[in-house]
Amino acid sequence: MILLRLTDLRVRRGHCPVVDGVNLTVDAGEFIGLIGPNGAGKTTLLRAALGLLPFEGVSTLAALPVAERSRAATFLPQGRDIAWPVSVGDLVALGRAPHQPGRLTAADRAIIDRALMLMGLGGFRERKATALSGGEQARVLIARALAQDTPLLLADEPVAGLDPEAQLRCMQVFAGLAAGGRGVVAAIHDLGLAARFCTRLVLLDQGRLVDTGPPRTVLSKANLARVFHVQGFHAETPDGPVFQPTGVLR
Amino acid sequence: MAGPVHPPARVVSINLCTDQLAMLLSDPGQLISVTHLALDPLVSSMAAEASAYPVNRGQAEQVFLLQPDLVLAGTYTATATVDLLRSLGVDVVQVPPVTSLAEAAAQIRLIGAALGHRARGEAMARAFEGEVVALTRRGPRVTAAFHYPNGYTTGKGTLADDVLGRTGFSNLGAEAGVTGGGILPLERLVMANPAVIVSSTLYPGASRSEEVLGHPALRALKAARGVASDADWVCGTPHILRVLRRMTALRDTFAAVP
Amino acid sequence: MAGLRVSVSLPRLVPGLLGALLGGLVAALFVASLLIGPAGLGLRESLAALVTGRGEAVVLVMREIRLPRALLGLLVGAVLGLSGAAMQGYLRNPLAEPGLIGVSATAALGAVLALQTGLAALFVGALPLMALAGAGVSVLLILALAGPRGGALALILAGIAVSALAGAATSLVLNLSPNPFAAMEIVYWMMGSLADRSMAHVWLAAPLMVAGMALLLSLGQGLDALTLGEDAAQAMGVRLVRLRWTLICGTALAVGAAVAVAGAVGFVGLVVPHLMRPLVGGMPSRLLPAAALGGAAMVLGADVAVRLVAPDQDLKLGVLTALIGAPFFLHLIWQMRRVEA
Repeated sequence: MILLRLTDLRVRRGHCPVVDGVNLTVDAGEFIGLIGPNGAGKTTLLRAALGLLPFEGVSTLAALPVAERSRAATFLPQGRDIAWPVSVGDLVALGRAPHQPGRLTAADRAIIDRALMLMGLGGFRERKATALSGGEQARVLIARALAQDTPLLLADEPVAGLDPEAQLRCMQVFAGLAAGGRGVVAAIHDLGLAARFCTRLVLLDQGRLVDTGPPRTVLSKANLARVFHVQGFHAETPDGPVFQPTGVLR
Repeated sequence: MAGPVHPPARVVSINLCTDQLAMLLSDPGQLISVTHLALDPLVSSMAAEASAYPVNRGQAEQVFLLQPDLVLAGTYTATATVDLLRSLGVDVVQVPPVTSLAEAAAQIRLIGAALGHRARGEAMARAFEGEVVALTRRGPRVTAAFHYPNGYTTGKGTLADDVLGRTGFSNLGAEAGVTGGGILPLERLVMANPAVIVSSTLYPGASRSEEVLGHPALRALKAARGVASDADWVCGTPHILRVLRRMTALRDTFAAVP
Repeated sequence: MAGLRVSVSLPRLVPGLLGALLGGLVAALFVASLLIGPAGLGLRESLAALVTGRGEAVVLVMREIRLPRALLGLLVGAVLGLSGAAMQGYLRNPLAEPGLIGVSATAALGAVLALQTGLAALFVGALPLMALAGAGVSVLLILALAGPRGGALALILAGIAVSALAGAATSLVLNLSPNPFAAMEIVYWMMGSLADRSMAHVWLAAPLMVAGMALLLSLGQGLDALTLGEDAAQAMGVRLVRLRWTLICGTALAVGAAVAVAGAVGFVGLVVPHLMRPLVGGMPSRLLPAAALGGAAMVLGADVAVRLVAPDQDLKLGVLTALIGAPFFLHLIWQMRRVEA
């Protein structure tokens, strides 16, 4: 089942295209890692796909009416704003708002509980979200996204700044979502995590979709050199593929 | 004050009340300037007569250039102006605001003397006093109240209070403890339900201060009769006799107060 | 903008309990407002007169003087508390409130213009409508100058500029009036007062205040989602443009009408949401009704105090709210500096 189709998507800033003619299809069961150097247009692509900024081309998601769109896809933005000192429980419960404005049903509460458990926030429910550390806040925001419980999840740098346990836990959860029949697209800088957990990588460079496919293929020596200007090391381990950039080329 | 031997030839008045007394008591050509307030019919009883005189705004420079022999001012006229004039050698006579009808008569005499027309002043004062006596009403008093913008009222020890007392009214503001000028809360006014409410005429333009005069609670007081205070109330000149006549006539319309 | 750590560690109250407490407080202060005044009426006689309509002068005092004053205190307070909470929720800035950012000052300018040009005399609705227009213009201006992406600095600077301009223009208009009283009334407009109001003022302003408050109360869910930032909120189904316009219209209606009849009362929209926020656990949707009730309590309380402290003078309402609010504002700034450090 196609969860998202982007056709010839183009976003301009002035005359310059920040996203330049991207064609992308997201299927149920896919965990797509959106990779590329800084300024490649990853954030812009995600925001355009959701219809949060003007674009040329087609996005099936942006074409939906607003209420339906919020039940079709969840967005986890890069900026981790939490404006008010709300409790963790209340913040995660925000994820249920698109489905059930007003009182929370028992089913809603069950979903919220599961989201908290998945992110290891069981004992955090009553604590003020603004009083937590940066990493803990990031996990709370991910839990909110999980609570929204939509077929598609778009995440912009979800694991930046998290400790190794939190990073691995989050990527595992996303992989689990995909395995369970949902779709996840995550813009991510950490190529090692992308290689290990994503079912498919999409490589962006200067707004263009340069390559897409399984991680081993996309993280080829040629792509690494041309787009990232690095060289890297691949290995297969019992726990899964491992990739580490090892040196700068230039 | 003994008064000058020769009447001063050039007299300038820089106070609204002395303007009017001077216009009444001076010889033709003796008074050479009055204040701009004398032309305002809302505060001056002699606005028409005042238009015949050049107008001043009470500033020392302007007054000095008129080369007066005598300047008539109030005790509340700007001290800086008065001091400056005196230091330039000009003779300044200051009169206090009138707070009773007796003081009004005394002031007529005083101005008359200052202008060198003692006899004229004495005659006018006597006539004034006689009329006041004729217009006095004794006996039971009818409640009246002054109610001005912002709830302002004139209480004990004011000219307006004396007028009410003379013409057979009691003053609600004075009874509420106000001496001089003060605030009479709207609630007290409504509870006392006076028979007569004296209020000011509205100025052009709008102001919140004047809104209280039209408050629905006041309009609902059926017993109250409204009287508009006008220019005649302001100064202690013989024109206040017109006020006394109006108030006495009003008092007479009330049946004997039980 | 990072959340502001609150220094007051008040317990989060169950919404039902908080609502009951606040409601009870407002009711008690409303009754106190009805019973306190220079006429010195007894408790039983005044309540009897109010309800039964018998008693001539007492009825006039209760129904035509005290009742409108109490009603306006309730409504104006609710408007100020609610609009402060709504603006803070939208701008995600705890310093936003209609007084501080110049909305009340421009509403006062609109009202003064309506009065001094004679429009209010021609058509009685002109007064609240022009105040409303003034309020609307300044909300638009503030959002343009320092919208949600502008930080606290841009907001306060914009507020200072708008307030100063509006205050100066109001003073100018009043001084140019042919009415000698008008020039001295700048104090009333800038500090607010409920003295000598009548039921006519209530009928004039109440419908607009209620309509404005209804609009603002509808913003609860949208503001909740905005806690996570604009992108996340939009993706969760919040229509940001509609939310912004609802905020503008609601604030203009409510604050404009309130200022038209009571002048600009400051600091209520700053203090009340800040005090209520820990009690409702920070969520804007719960804060809005709590701030409305808290604001009503604060203004009713201040109006009662004004009559106890200086019974025979017209002590302005804004004096008391500023005496409480300005030190509070300083405390708030101090806290922000500590957090940002």
